[in-house]
Amino acid sequence: MEELNLFVKSIFIDNMIFAYFLGMCSYLAVSKNVKTALGLGVAVTFMLVVTIPLNYMLDKYVLQPGALSWLGEQFSNVDLSFLGLIMFIAVIASATQLVEMTVEKFSPSLYASLGIFLPLIAVNCAILGGALFMQQKDFPSVWTATVYGAGSGIGWLLAIVGIAAIREKIAYSHIPAPLKGVGITFIITGLMGIAFMSFLGIKLG
Amino acid sequence: MLSKRNKEALFNPLSKENPVLVQILGICSTLAVTVSLEPAIVMSISVIAVLALSNVIISLIRNTIPTSIRIIVQLVVVAALVIIVQQFLIAFDYDVSKQLSVFIGLIITNCILMGRLEAFALNNSPWPSFLDGIGNGLGYGIILVIVAFFRELLGSGTILGFKVIPQWCYDHGYMDNGLMILPPMALITVACIIWVHRARNTDLQETSN
Repeated sequence: MEELNLFVKSIFIDNMIFAYFLGMCSYLAVSKNVKTALGLGVAVTFMLVVTIPLNYMLDKYVLQPGALSWLGEQFSNVDLSFLGLIMFIAVIASATQLVEMTVEKFSPSLYASLGIFLPLIAVNCAILGGALFMQQKDFPSVWTATVYGAGSGIGWLLAIVGIAAIREKIAYSHIPAPLKGVGITFIITGLMGIAFMSFLGIKLG
Repeated sequence: MLSKRNKEALFNPLSKENPVLVQILGICSTLAVTVSLEPAIVMSISVIAVLALSNVIISLIRNTIPTSIRIIVQLVVVAALVIIVQQFLIAFDYDVSKQLSVFIGLIITNCILMGRLEAFALNNSPWPSFLDGIGNGLGYGIILVIVAFFRELLGSGTILGFKVIPQWCYDHGYMDNGLMILPPMALITVACIIWVHRARNTDLQETSN
């Protein structure tokens, strides 16, 4: 039940786009049509589900103060938490590379549709942001962290597919010239954010 | 020292090639840290420092980096600089570093950094790269400060924590607009700035939605 709650909360209330603005760059650049938006959304969700548990274990068993005590008594005072950022980004960059190679080998059609987005994901703030929020929220187990990763990813997917659908619809609308393109996308995202705020306070069970 | 080209590297990013308004880079932090002015200023200074230094470092080693692993090299350089900034903030300005929470760490994935390193520092010598870093950092900082100024003024009636809207306004029924503090209004504030900016620079307008 706890996990379901966290899942729903990370999709709707703590939405990566509407509440924290993470991954905005690719969100704005790749939301011109639904198909590519869906591709990028799936890729981001996938990477979050892969990297958050990895980073969780890294944090829990290597980086946190006293995390190295499983190596022996003399390591129980070691605090490597200042290395957090560089380790997380290394895990994300190498995981992206691995996933890219695996997908290329086993599913060329998926690779063809995701291919260009996968390298972009290494520098997508949603992935690193997910890892940093995971560290901040201090989850009790790997499973909870994975649920959080899946929820955040799906929330991001929902947001980018939603905006892409709206942008397809407004393609021929009359919009003041200076607002065309980016400006109107910002405003629509803001309005969607206000709509998503109505989910505040939802609690299951 | 300041040839025509260097001047362009320094001043173009302030308006014509503004990283936030025109190139649409580094939006995440622009929106997230602008609830009030103080964290916005600290964030701008951090980004300027990281951007200028990483530009110089990458520019110095640009001829020795193999192109196939340049992204990783760039990420490591940037991450190391960001860790220094983070530790510095924790030591000297703990409250603001708490307010900025994960967003200092997210400077690493700030697209402005990767964008400038790829587009400028890899092909230019250290001094122009340094100026380019300062210029882009300032261009980013200006937008951050403008957004934060309006959000703090309209949202809490303060500037840098000082009350600027006099008490008699409140007595006559003026109220702070709580919506300005919430995340969605950051987007709409930036949209308004883009609107004004593109209305004045018509060549920047896009032709399709």
